[in-house]
Amino acid sequence: MTEPLIRVEGLVKHFPVRRGIVFKREIGRVYAVDGVDLEVSRGETLGLVGETGCGKSTLARCMTRLYPLTGGRVIFDGTDISDLSRARLRPYRREMQMIFQDPYGSLNPRRRVGSIIGDPFAIHNVADGAERKRRVQELMELVGLNPEHYNRFPADFSGGQRQRIGVARALALHPKLIVCDEPVSALDVSIQAQIINLLKSLQEEFSLTYVFIAHDLSVVEHVSDRVAVMYLGRVVELADRARLYSAPRHPYTCALLSAAAVADPDRAAQRERIILVGDVPSPVAPPAGCRFHPRCPKAQPRCASEEPALIDRPGDPPDHFTACHFPVEPGERLAREQPAIGQPEG
Amino acid sequence: MTAPSILETTEVAPTRTVVGRSPWELAWMRLRRDRVAIVCAVFIAVLILVAILAGPISHLIGYGPTEQDRVHGITLDGLPVPPSGRHLLGTDNLGRDILVRIIYGTRVSLVVGLAAAAAAVFIGVIVGLCAGYFGPVVDAGMSRLMDVVLSFPFLLFAIALVSVIGPSELVEIGVIAFFSWAAVGRVVRAQTLSIREREYIEAARSLGAGDLRIMLIDVLPNLVAPVIVYTTLLIPVSIVFEATLSYLGVGIIPPTPSWGNMISDSQDFYQVAWWFLVFPGAALILTTLAFNLLGDSVRDALDPRTERLFAR
Repeated sequence: MTEPLIRVEGLVKHFPVRRGIVFKREIGRVYAVDGVDLEVSRGETLGLVGETGCGKSTLARCMTRLYPLTGGRVIFDGTDISDLSRARLRPYRREMQMIFQDPYGSLNPRRRVGSIIGDPFAIHNVADGAERKRRVQELMELVGLNPEHYNRFPADFSGGQRQRIGVARALALHPKLIVCDEPVSALDVSIQAQIINLLKSLQEEFSLTYVFIAHDLSVVEHVSDRVAVMYLGRVVELADRARLYSAPRHPYTCALLSAAAVADPDRAAQRERIILVGDVPSPVAPPAGCRFHPRCPKAQPRCASEEPALIDRPGDPPDHFTACHFPVEPGERLAREQPAIGQPEG
Repeated sequence: MTAPSILETTEVAPTRTVVGRSPWELAWMRLRRDRVAIVCAVFIAVLILVAILAGPISHLIGYGPTEQDRVHGITLDGLPVPPSGRHLLGTDNLGRDILVRIIYGTRVSLVVGLAAAAAAVFIGVIVGLCAGYFGPVVDAGMSRLMDVVLSFPFLLFAIALVSVIGPSELVEIGVIAFFSWAAVGRVVRAQTLSIREREYIEAARSLGAGDLRIMLIDVLPNLVAPVIVYTTLLIPVSIVFEATLSYLGVGIIPPTPSWGNMISDSQDFYQVAWWFLVFPGAALILTTLAFNLLGDSVRDALDPRTERLFAR
């Protein structure tokens, strides 16, 4: 395999928790992302799933260096961008773009659509005046907006149309990588399909690479080539899409998949659901060992002390990685009762 | 270029002509429908005209601002003359025409009021924007600075300052601006803090925009509404401030007329010459009221969600 477009090595992002007004003391840390290794090859779509608060968005913002990293490296297109200054980072900003979750919050309400989409051109001094307008209108047409709406305000558009504006802005400079941070979560289901289809056809047309974040498993299944499952700041399982959905090995992935809605009510009734006990532990004080062990139906004493590595487990294809000491065997039924060890009642 | 596969699923709005109105156009439309705002705006426009044309108008009336009419402007007992055909609003204790002096006082009040408000807003926006935008360290420094300015006993300080530097119009503007900018700065800082966390700021950053560009293009336009409102409310405050300083004798130096020193002059005479106190006072009150009401209307127009105290 050739050099991946973006490679993340041991990425760590902690947010300090401070207390005090004038003299702020650090009283703790939120371990938002705590040691993640990932690779995304050119032209592929890597899906990133996990519950709210598991660090997906933080990871995305670290990959695009919107946040400074606490530790680890991000290598984009062969260059280590982990601690480039803002000025040195600028050329790379052209190559990687983001699409944001909230189509209302991500567009400045006081600016006209033409000027919003033309922003990348203005910031990087690519095109001016009539040329900029022409290219913006081209982009609007490309993403399925009426180019005549150039002078309208974001408030004049529906949620789906606004997300198209966000897509057009991200596409303006022909980036290599687009990080989509839950691009469809805020949209109606019918509009979701439109945006996803738009993203897919744009990927073919411009050979884009996507990192696609979502908490909706069916959306991720639809768009991704490979899928990474995150839990409490770590990747717990990473595999080819078909493999991950058909033969998940990590107990958390199994639970997540079993919780997804199924369209067919007959199948839904037969299906066995794994109900996890308790809540996601606070990322301020993540559990020792395997972070999933307090809720895991298969947990053993070893899980509480020794952290499992994200490696290829016996019997799996070489691109299937699982961070679990006791991966789920095919056909195995996960117990539904209390977790084997550890806490909670109530 | 078109991509048919994409266009199949588009949701292009129907061709019904929707006029894309900017928030400003909408605010302007609301403001125009507000009768109180129109009356106040007209009043202020007349004031500005009068201030500009003070020379020609007083020439028409026939008296200069410091000209003493020793024949008809003062009684044999040396008291002010009441309003009459010759002196429409009467005269003061030195036989000067009160109408002409009020007209010239308008000039002082507007120039000082507007200039001080503008200077205060300018400083306040810059400081507030930097405090809100550049993270906790800059914020802490600038916020403490604003706290210090706001905790000055301003009248005492203004009197002391003017006695040291010596009174002049420019010093007066400076003093008023110095005591007003911090309040603007606080408002701007608070707004900036909330805007900074919006996703579109993050989007701009991910596109590679620099701080200055984000501040000017993405943050500032969202501050314009509160800043306009604050400015319109700051102008009357500055005018009153100017009158106060002049009243205390540390503003405009006599014999140049200002509403404040006219009211001050009337102190010893208002029992026998009501017009001496009432007309400059009325000019001050009406002007302040007009700016305040206009400011309220502008705020209502810019933010239609705020409830009005009184239906208009």
